[in-house]
Amino acid sequence: MASRLLWATRAASFLRISVPYRGFATVIKDLKYADSHEWVKVEGNSATIGITDHAQDHLGDVVYVELPDEGAEVTQGAGFGAVESVKATSDINSPVSGKVIEVNTKLNDSPGLVNASPYENGWIIKVEIKNADELNCLMDPDQYCKFCEEEDAKH
Amino acid sequence: MAVPQTRSMGLPLINLLRLKGAPILQQLHLEERLLRTSYDNWCIINDGTTKRTVVMGVSGKAEELLEIDSVLRDEIPVIRRFTGGTVIVDQGTIFVTFVCNKDAFPDLQSYPQPIMSWSSLIYKKVFQGIGDFSLRENDYVLGNRKFGGNAQSITKTRWVHHTSFLWDYEVSNMGYLKLPKRAPDYRQARDHLDFICRMKDHIPRSNFIERTIDAVGSHFVLRSVDPEASQSPLSSKFEPSSRLLKREELEEAIFNSRSRGACAASASQAS
Repeated sequence: MASRLLWATRAASFLRISVPYRGFATVIKDLKYADSHEWVKVEGNSATIGITDHAQDHLGDVVYVELPDEGAEVTQGAGFGAVESVKATSDINSPVSGKVIEVNTKLNDSPGLVNASPYENGWIIKVEIKNADELNCLMDPDQYCKFCEEEDAKH
Repeated sequence: MAVPQTRSMGLPLINLLRLKGAPILQQLHLEERLLRTSYDNWCIINDGTTKRTVVMGVSGKAEELLEIDSVLRDEIPVIRRFTGGTVIVDQGTIFVTFVCNKDAFPDLQSYPQPIMSWSSLIYKKVFQGIGDFSLRENDYVLGNRKFGGNAQSITKTRWVHHTSFLWDYEVSNMGYLKLPKRAPDYRQARDHLDFICRMKDHIPRSNFIERTIDAVGSHFVLRSVDPEASQSPLSSKFEPSSRLLKREELEEAIFNSRSRGACAASASQAS
C-alpha cells in the first residue's frame, strides 16, 4: 500500500498534478531543488528561483517577501531575502550563484502568490548564472521528492 | 584545535544568559547577532525592559498597527525588529528567547509551527499545576486569554524563537495599539483588555523565571554564562537589522494614511 501511494505520488508530481493528501507536496519535473526547499528553473544562462510547495505549505500564509535589489550578487546556499509568514521570518537561500537580473515585484502587493502558485506566478528572483557546474549539487525532482518524504516521516 | 562540545548526556548544550532590565533594542541586537554569528544554542531571559517601547515586525505598517498620534505625542519609541508580530513592552514584560541550531533537535522541523509546538512543551511544564496553559495558534494562553506572544526567525541552519510574557501591563499602554487586521480566530474580535491577562495573577515573577529555567533544563544541559561572554568580538562586522524608527518615518506614515483615506473618500463620492 505504501509503495503504491509513493508511486502514485511520484507519478502525480511528474505530471504536475497536486495530490490531494497534503502529506506529499507537489514537485515539478525539469526543475532542480535545494535541500533548503528552493527550486531553480534554468533557461540558458539565466535561472528563475522560488520556494517549493513543501516550503510554502509548512510556512503558512506568506504576508511579506523581502526582495533583494536588482544587480545584487547571490551565492549558492546563502540567503538573499526572506519571507514572513505570520510572526516568523524565514531566509530564502539561493540554489545558484550569480547576479540578480529581475525580482518579482508583484510579490510586494500579493505575497500570497508564493502560497497559491509557488512554481509559477510566485517566482521570486531571476539570476544570471555564474557557474553552471553548481547545478550538479542540486537535487532532481525524484531526489527532492524522496528528501521531503524522509523529512516529513521523521516528524 | 579542540572541537566544541555540543551535547552532554544525549542532550544539547545551551548557554543560559540572564539579563535584568536590558533595553529591548539591545536584546534584539544580541539575539540577531547570536542567530547569525554563533554556533551555540542560547537561552536568554531578560527580566523586564527599562523603557516602555512599541516593537513591530519586519513588515509591520505603523499606520495599520499603531495609534501614531498618541505614540508621537507621548514620545514612545518604536522599533522594527527582525522577526514578526507587534507588542508594547515595559518593565512588566519578561522576555525568554531561544536561539538554537537546527540540529540541536534533529527530529524537529525548522518551520514555524513545529518550533512553536516544541516551545509550548517547555511552558506546559512551567504552568503544570498552576494554570490552564495551552498554545492557541501563535499565542500562549491561560484559559482563552493571551499572556505570551511569540515570533521567530529561521535561517538555513538556526532559528530564534522569542516570547514576550505579560507578567504585568499598564492598561493605558494598550491605547497605543490598534486592533490588528490579522488576528487569530480565537480572539473573536475582543479588544485588548478582554483578550489578554496578567501572569502575575497566576504565578510570582521569580517563580516563573525559576520554573522556566528548570523546564529548559529538561531539554538541554544548561551552562550559565556572563553577559560578557555574549559580547561580539571587536573584529565582528555583523550589522543587526532591528532598528529604532525615526520620528519623520512615523509622521510620514500618518501623512500617507491620511492621503490614502482622502483618495478613498473622493473615489467613493465620485462613484
